[in-house]
Amino acid sequence: MCLSIPAEVLSTNSNMAIVQIGGLMIQASLDLVEDIRVGDYVLIHTGFIIQKISMEEAEETKRLIREIENLNDAP
Amino acid sequence: MTRELIRDLFQPYLNNEYLEKESDAAILQPVTGKIAVSCDAFVVHPIIFAGGDIGKLSICGTANDLAVAGAKPHSITASFILEEGLEKSLLERVVSSMAREIKQLDIALIAADTKVVPSGLCDKIYITTTGIGTVIPDLEQVSNGKGIQAGDRIILSGTIGDHGAAIFCARYPEHILTTIESDCACVYPLIEMISSFGTGIRFMRDPTRGGLATVLCEVTEKKAWGITIKESLIPVRNEVAGLCDLVGLDPLYLANEGKFIMVAAESISNEILTALRSHPLGKNACEIGVVTRENPGRVILETPIGGTRLLTMLSGDPLPRIC
Amino acid sequence: MNIVEALLFAIRREATQPVRLMEVCGGHTHAIRKFGIPGLLPGTVSLLSGPGCPVCVTHTGFIDQAIHLARNYPVIITTFGDLIRVPGSDQSLETARANGADIRLVLSPLQALTLAQTEKSKQVVFLGIGFETTAPSVAVTIKTALERGIGNFSVLSAHKIMPPAMAALVNHQPNLDGFICPGHVSTITGSAIYEFLAQDHGIPCVISGFEASDILESILLLIRQINSHQPKVEIQYRRAVKMEGNLKALEIMHEVFVLRDDWWRGLGIIPKSGLIPDGKYAGFDTLQRFNLPEFPDTGNRGCRCGDILRGLITPPECTLYGKTCTPDSPAGACMVSSEGTCQAFYRYQN
Repeated sequence: MCLSIPAEVLSTNSNMAIVQIGGLMIQASLDLVEDIRVGDYVLIHTGFIIQKISMEEAEETKRLIREIENLNDAP
Repeated sequence: MTRELIRDLFQPYLNNEYLEKESDAAILQPVTGKIAVSCDAFVVHPIIFAGGDIGKLSICGTANDLAVAGAKPHSITASFILEEGLEKSLLERVVSSMAREIKQLDIALIAADTKVVPSGLCDKIYITTTGIGTVIPDLEQVSNGKGIQAGDRIILSGTIGDHGAAIFCARYPEHILTTIESDCACVYPLIEMISSFGTGIRFMRDPTRGGLATVLCEVTEKKAWGITIKESLIPVRNEVAGLCDLVGLDPLYLANEGKFIMVAAESISNEILTALRSHPLGKNACEIGVVTRENPGRVILETPIGGTRLLTMLSGDPLPRIC
Repeated sequence: MNIVEALLFAIRREATQPVRLMEVCGGHTHAIRKFGIPGLLPGTVSLLSGPGCPVCVTHTGFIDQAIHLARNYPVIITTFGDLIRVPGSDQSLETARANGADIRLVLSPLQALTLAQTEKSKQVVFLGIGFETTAPSVAVTIKTALERGIGNFSVLSAHKIMPPAMAALVNHQPNLDGFICPGHVSTITGSAIYEFLAQDHGIPCVISGFEASDILESILLLIRQINSHQPKVEIQYRRAVKMEGNLKALEIMHEVFVLRDDWWRGLGIIPKSGLIPDGKYAGFDTLQRFNLPEFPDTGNRGCRCGDILRGLITPPECTLYGKTCTPDSPAGACMVSSEGTCQAFYRYQN
């Protein structure tokens, strides 16, 4: 369930942020999260930011998958 | 009220030699060749949206129905149902949009009618049109697609989902900050450019309500051939893709009002694309798939990871979702 | 070899015995079908769809209650698009709207609250569906309503939480080798809620993201857990799911809502699985405000949504599927919701 998609935070003001998904900008509430900054990537669900996306973990996932690629490619 | 409306608003913008006569029917000069006739009703909500309004939509939509049937738009009739209390400025905007499109297309509004209904009985304005066109020789087959055969290519004239996305955003202005413009436009100039390809063009249709997927499913239903398209080849504007991701819509099912789908012989496909891309309206034209012997009667979509799924017809209007 | 090819290669090599993996997240149902994943997997890997679609597990009585309200009181019903075509015992919200009921689509519960502020002469009722991903957003909305003194707003809650349902599933369906755990529920709850499945029932669990590579990697991780006989809870979706989840969202959710026994279509009554506003927020519960009667779940004769939700049968095994039950005329919620197993099967058919 729970259509929730990654968005980039463009600005914050009190308890609202403006975020960008692809080429689309919307308002989203900050009431469910803390310490969100401009430039962060976040998950949006029903007009709320529900979690911050960790770019370090995203890179780590890519690295692990590349390891699997290398294992498969090895003779 | 109606007489004043016609005198003060409609006549200044729309008057011509036919309407001036104020007779009950327009008498036309004979034309050579076959005639195409289309009919449509326009009930879009909201009536004003980014990139157009119900007036522009009514002229372009009617002209497009004729154009994709292989006909040059010649004339149009328009019947208006107006809600009592409708702001005059709103109506003026709609009528002036229509006048602009009519002039650009060089067609004639040969008959018009206006009725006013009590407040609440219609959503501001409804417009019903009839379009008349002259069929271009060798393009008569494009509305029925009987000549489609395995190996033919599926060509799309540009990005999909723009109009459906624009209307959706117009309904939620407080939530969505980006303006997405409708692609509302008449595609006849593109079709005129490629009309010389004649019977090499097997089929054309404009993917309005129900979108690209619905048109492909309709034309393929119960046929001895199938269609396979590649999702990665279908152009979608960044902001339209963002909206679809956000609210769970599928651009394949969103309406388009300035695009067409074509099935064309493989031998002319590249030339057609070159021609379409030379025009601003066709700059994103692309080949998205092929007619196949396999999977008769079905439309198969190849996903970006090499999987496949079956495309089916849309049931009802696309709905936003949270799940 | 690209990422997807590499993962598929590894899955084919390592899935040497038949495995049945269930996902319990409508978003996963949708993504799996959208990417055409079932057709790419080896025959040893079966993917089952469980009760991960909040619409599908909502009983017909909920729709009936909403329509009853719309017909008998000066209310505006606000709902997410997911519910609009779900059939109640007699009609859907869409049909009721066509017959004059004031039912409006919203994209956020905050929109419903704003509507209450502008339409002061009417009561605005928000139909609350969704699991732990959505419930905190609705909780914030209720809190805001109290803070601002917006008295004409209330929530008719069908919110539910996942863990009791997953527990009920493993009791009903012993033939399950692993769970692909919900991605976005887990961003809120964290991973600990699934531990009992691995520890007490020996069922491998992987919390998955929604890209094709996420889902395939999760399948591979489950196969490896199965092969090594070491069931545990792993987070594949590490970029969005932390072990502890979103503590702030959980705190707000539990401040506003309390757990109650709730009816799940296909699973029956599950103790302490539903959420309703409580304490100082109890006044925002539509049930209390309108003193609404309960409407029973009626279900359609022959509809086997329940068995499908428990992964016992596939949609084509239901006698109504594709015949009297299609997306155009759905007999049950599994065919209405685009996350529902039956509609996903019908639309993607691969």
